[in-house]
Amino acid sequence: MPKPYTSSLNLTTGKVDLSHGGGGRAMAQLVDELFIRHFDNDLLRQRNDQALFAVPAGRLVISTDGHVISPLFFPGGDIGSLAVHGTVNDVSMSGARPLYLAAGFILEEGLPLADLERIVASMAAAARQANTPVITGDTKVVERGKGDGVFITTTGVGIVPKGVNLSGDRARPGCAILVSGSIGDHGVAIMAGRENLQFGTSIVSDSAALNGLVAEMVAIAPDAIHCLRDPTRGGLATALNELARQSGVGMVVDETRIPIKAEVKAACEILGLDPLYVANEGKLVCICAPDAAQRLLAVMQRHPLGRDAAIIGEVVDDPHGFVQMLTAFGGRRIVDWPVGEQLPRIC
Amino acid sequence: MKYISEFRQQDLARQLARAIAQTVDPGRRYRLMEFCGGHTHAIFRYGVQDLMPANVEFIHGPGCPVCVLPTGRIDNAIQLAERHEVILCTYADLMRVPATGRNSLLKAKAGGCDIRMVYSTQDVLKIARDNPDRPVVFFAIGFETTTPPTAVAIRQAQAERLANFSVFCNHVLTPAAMLAILDAPQPVSIDAFLGPSHVSTIIGSQAYEPFAEHHAKPIVIAGFEPLDVMQSALMLIRQLNEGRHEVENEYSRAVTRQGNVKAQALMREVFELRPQFEWRGLGLIPDSALKLKPDYADFDAEQRFSLPAIQASDVKGCECPAILRGAKKPQDCKLLGTVCTPENPMGSCMVSSEGACAAYWSYGRLSRRSG
Repeated sequence: MPKPYTSSLNLTTGKVDLSHGGGGRAMAQLVDELFIRHFDNDLLRQRNDQALFAVPAGRLVISTDGHVISPLFFPGGDIGSLAVHGTVNDVSMSGARPLYLAAGFILEEGLPLADLERIVASMAAAARQANTPVITGDTKVVERGKGDGVFITTTGVGIVPKGVNLSGDRARPGCAILVSGSIGDHGVAIMAGRENLQFGTSIVSDSAALNGLVAEMVAIAPDAIHCLRDPTRGGLATALNELARQSGVGMVVDETRIPIKAEVKAACEILGLDPLYVANEGKLVCICAPDAAQRLLAVMQRHPLGRDAAIIGEVVDDPHGFVQMLTAFGGRRIVDWPVGEQLPRIC
Repeated sequence: MKYISEFRQQDLARQLARAIAQTVDPGRRYRLMEFCGGHTHAIFRYGVQDLMPANVEFIHGPGCPVCVLPTGRIDNAIQLAERHEVILCTYADLMRVPATGRNSLLKAKAGGCDIRMVYSTQDVLKIARDNPDRPVVFFAIGFETTTPPTAVAIRQAQAERLANFSVFCNHVLTPAAMLAILDAPQPVSIDAFLGPSHVSTIIGSQAYEPFAEHHAKPIVIAGFEPLDVMQSALMLIRQLNEGRHEVENEYSRAVTRQGNVKAQALMREVFELRPQFEWRGLGLIPDSALKLKPDYADFDAEQRFSLPAIQASDVKGCECPAILRGAKKPQDCKLLGTVCTPENPMGSCMVSSEGACAAYWSYGRLSRRSG
């Protein structure tokens, strides 16, 4: 019997259709010619519904994150690289070394296969760079109008080194607050990319995997780091408020020490937004023992993703759990929780 | 950041604070109303009150377009989206404003209405062009600053024969509201006004001259940066000390005496005065709002769709009306921070970041705690 002819996936002008999620040949072809080809690794190549791997003794962490962004492509990244960075970072904020990722794709009927390939290729590159392969996955297709092009959920597992105990409830009065670089870049890049808001800006997203930076920080001060958090949605202000509430403490930060790029400040002025509440995808907040702050700062500043790191304030005793800011103007104000999504103002 | 950071410098703020402290007469009080929500926001965000002597008090005015819009008009907008199946386009500020029955545009959108946030009236025109078979209504609000862009859009729609586009007009006028505050039956005691920044770029400083003259109140047009606010306060204090009541312009980098003559002509071309309009907190004010002229009736959503006048009542205990008149402060309201928070606003002053209650709650409640 001759092997039946099948035409290869049309990655130039083809589109996702319902058969790509139907479990038949079309789906198998999509998995083979797109996902496995790009993510390529031994575990994935076994084509099982699960990936089996051995783990060293110790403590594992697991984290999951759904990615539903618009636009799918933005200056400095896309939903694919973001789906890797987001979960690698969530795992890393426990101090863990991320091992593997699982990815679930929900594709909308009509999505150009060329876009999907671009996203998957970028995701695979990000996974390679973060040394955290995607070893199992799932694909579903929903009817046109029931998705937004593509949604990606990623789950990551990692292993926590001995002696590392990071948790959001471990901030103590006297601890120093560090941030790994300029804030607000990602949110402004996304907003500038939206079609109804065209303003020229050179800002690119800071989307990046932070496991390399975290590994160096944990290596020099395993006991001194109390909490790590990546200030994603809701920005630095939300991350600090979350940590203050979890730990039952207050915080005081100094506005003049918080690194913010001039372009981000300017875009926020135009839109009436506060950069403290704008999202980041490649930054972390570190709360550490005061005597380790300078040592950690030096390590961070030597790493490419922590070049602009700064000590921005300290944890204080405050039964109200307020995050306060000494303003550059010389006053003092509360940095409150954000209310829903930040909306641009009209006047 | 050029042209911004210069107006937020700490050392200049200290110098101004010293000058103000030396200038005030300790034997009297200075009650300065900042009309605009933008000033209220700056005062709280930068802690300007902390730099003022105790006898200089800022009274927060009604100049926040979201805050003065009566609930009935939001109800009307929701009706447009629900019953007439229009695409309702609005500036983002309005999305969370409470409507009757704990509703809001945000909730109506979640309930299936087609409500879209826009950044400019040009976005609305694009939506109308892209959806020729559906009515598209722009929920227009704001003072003189946002009125000219609405006029531009109406003129463009007419030129393009964009028949599915119309405007639900709620544009209001600043000088009428300032008069209403002083002419109220139980007027709030105000010594002087910090005049609007952006509004004045359009209407010019001369718009306030009759007002300063007849009511013998000094007015200083003030920029929105914290140093602008302090400099303007100093100018007002000097006028009061010297018994003058003039219109002075601190915001001379943007405001002229005549204002933007082209924009004014455009507004006159498209809009005319309503005999009266309801303001939240201030009630019915004659000649205080605009509607489309008969020549542009085709683009007037109020004429195109039947919209009943709704007299909605405010939440019991909500002090927004008194706060908008300057008669009360946010901290005088029993609902503040208990049932009324930015997450769950009862009144409009808690919604917009320029509303006095939201500004107080977000930035200022620290000072209440420390006394």
